[in-house]
Amino acid sequence: MDATIIGAWVATGLTLFIFSFLYKDNPLFKLAENLYVGVSVGYTIVKTYDTVIVHLIWKPIVENQEWTLLIPVAIGLLMLTRYVPKAAWLSRYAFAFIVGVGAGLAIPRTVSSFILKQIEDTIRPLLMLVPGEGVTFSWNLMNPASSVNVIIVLIGVSSVLFYFFFSVEHKGPGKMVARTGVMFLMIAFGAAFGYTVMARMSLLIGRLTDLIEYSDPSYGRPTLWLALVTIGTLIALSLRSRSEPPEEG
Amino acid sequence: MRSLAAALLAERRVSARRGWEGENRELFEHPVEMNVVMGPMISNRGRRWDLFRLVIFIYACLAGLVPSLGWAEGMLLRPANVQAFDTPNDGGESLTVNWAPGPLDSPDARYQVLLGDAGATDAASLKVIAEFPAQTRLVKDLKGPWWTRTAERNWHQFVIRNGKGVALKDGTAYTVTVAVLKGEERMVGPLLQAAPTPNWFNWNLVNNLVLTLIFGGVVFFSIAQAKRRDIFLRRIPGLDAVDEAIGRATELGKPILYLTGAHDMSDPSTIAAAVILGRVAKKTAAYETELLVPHRDPITMAVCQEITKQAYLEAGKPDLFKEDSNFFITSDQFSYTAAVDGIMLRKQPAANFFMGSYFAEALLLTETGASTGAIQIAGTDSDHQLPFFVTTCDYTLIGEELYAASAYLSREPVQLGTLRGQDIGKAMILSVIAIGILLATLGVATQAAWPQYFLDFFKDVK
Repeated sequence: MDATIIGAWVATGLTLFIFSFLYKDNPLFKLAENLYVGVSVGYTIVKTYDTVIVHLIWKPIVENQEWTLLIPVAIGLLMLTRYVPKAAWLSRYAFAFIVGVGAGLAIPRTVSSFILKQIEDTIRPLLMLVPGEGVTFSWNLMNPASSVNVIIVLIGVSSVLFYFFFSVEHKGPGKMVARTGVMFLMIAFGAAFGYTVMARMSLLIGRLTDLIEYSDPSYGRPTLWLALVTIGTLIALSLRSRSEPPEEG
Repeated sequence: MRSLAAALLAERRVSARRGWEGENRELFEHPVEMNVVMGPMISNRGRRWDLFRLVIFIYACLAGLVPSLGWAEGMLLRPANVQAFDTPNDGGESLTVNWAPGPLDSPDARYQVLLGDAGATDAASLKVIAEFPAQTRLVKDLKGPWWTRTAERNWHQFVIRNGKGVALKDGTAYTVTVAVLKGEERMVGPLLQAAPTPNWFNWNLVNNLVLTLIFGGVVFFSIAQAKRRDIFLRRIPGLDAVDEAIGRATELGKPILYLTGAHDMSDPSTIAAAVILGRVAKKTAAYETELLVPHRDPITMAVCQEITKQAYLEAGKPDLFKEDSNFFITSDQFSYTAAVDGIMLRKQPAANFFMGSYFAEALLLTETGASTGAIQIAGTDSDHQLPFFVTTCDYTLIGEELYAASAYLSREPVQLGTLRGQDIGKAMILSVIAIGILLATLGVATQAAWPQYFLDFFKDVK
């Protein structure tokens, strides 16, 4: 049998089994779930072995004599001391190293991306220099750099930033500013929600397109047959659960 | 007539070039003279024409016709004050070329950057690696701050980097130059040598360092203050619900599910999630409630195991600690999601915590959790997933509230002081934004360049 046809049957079956979760948890979903987890773990192990052990450790050290790599290898091996209770304390050095390096890398990146970049993009002149017109105040909402949009962004940034003041109580005028900040946040969340939902729809369309394609006779109509198997199994399981006495407790 | 015009133009070029070089003799770098264009142009003319154009030119000069006819504006000069050197503040494998603006920089003129092996003496052996209009690639258009600028704002600058046929190696010298083109004419600048080298420090980021030190100082000061006196912390509804959720799970005799997100321990949100896990684990130990913490990252799992163990010790219940309460599923995004969804349906946890960083799996997880009737509390700085948490969870810690959570839960002076320090930092940022907008507006209104000296300090320059 052609590998493409086998692939079509497997893909269709697993897609339908996963979709069966929309009805309720059932053995078909469990089968797909366990298969999915097992395959991904197996793939990760092989990929990690090839990427880390072979290409990052074995080849550079043994073939290229890059002996300095033994230092990170030793730090990595310290983690395995967790399995020896008397030496388990050594693993904390490895964790301390990882957390320390992680924080050290994250701090400048955070200052750069979340402070400087935001400040840079917020600081815009309230007046615009238009060739031929000179310095003007622009009311054009469609231009992101217009004066009126600079003011909107300024109000949004200031109020949202104020909302995240934790040592100041939000009452009086502060409450109004914080509520304005929440409004800006919710508007942003609404826009992001709509945008992401549309992206998810495209994923669903991708799966349905595959199911439609695999209903073709050239593949042996796996969509049709496996849909019947899935629906039949769900009906059988439902009837069986009805006939069984409910669990105590 | 056409020949006459060409002859006049050629003479004009020669004179203008001589004048330009003379004016800039002290500044000009020309290790190898490359008069590749002008020589043949002149030598190919006949003596008769030489004499004729000389007479015409002298006549034109005497009559003051050169400026009035605009001839000086059309002359092609070779690029002046060309400088080639290792790009400062980088990781190597890059060269920078600066050159002064030419008097004829116009939309129809173009510059070429040429690169070749060290020791090349002929411009023809160099490879053209970039070509662009003469009025572009100005220093003022680049993002670099004033303290690392290597040329005047109106000078041209081009950075040669690896890629598209360019393969620079650190420590190897290369020949670099610039040529200017206008129509069919081309003038090549002096051939210069430069070798790329990596630098230890990136001085572009000195503002980053200063801000980090200032914020760090403010945080240390606030911690010292917090140790001396109480610091007010406003109520965060999502955090009040943590105790409620643990209590509910205890009453129902059901487990608590805690997720630490998709990232590893290098991500601040994962660190915050691990810290909050410590507080949650301490409560579950005290109430003897089962805790389930499935992981996507093995190192995060190992760190969280240690944190959970420590929490059970602190709660005085080390015997209740289970090594497998933290367990690894898989690092694959959606198979992990499928497995956690299965756990939610089969174990029916009474409370689900989603802390840390999340991606597309967020909605799949919280939808399933909501269908089981569990109390759900999320906390993430993944702004693109926040809408899903807000719509499907009972409480959501938005962005920095996640980082504030551990301080709020622990009430430890160090963490409270840190939070207070962050608030002061935010107040400073608001002040900078207000002053910056004022200065930027003044800069536009008065056409002054000085506000940029302040604004550059708050630029994100890598």
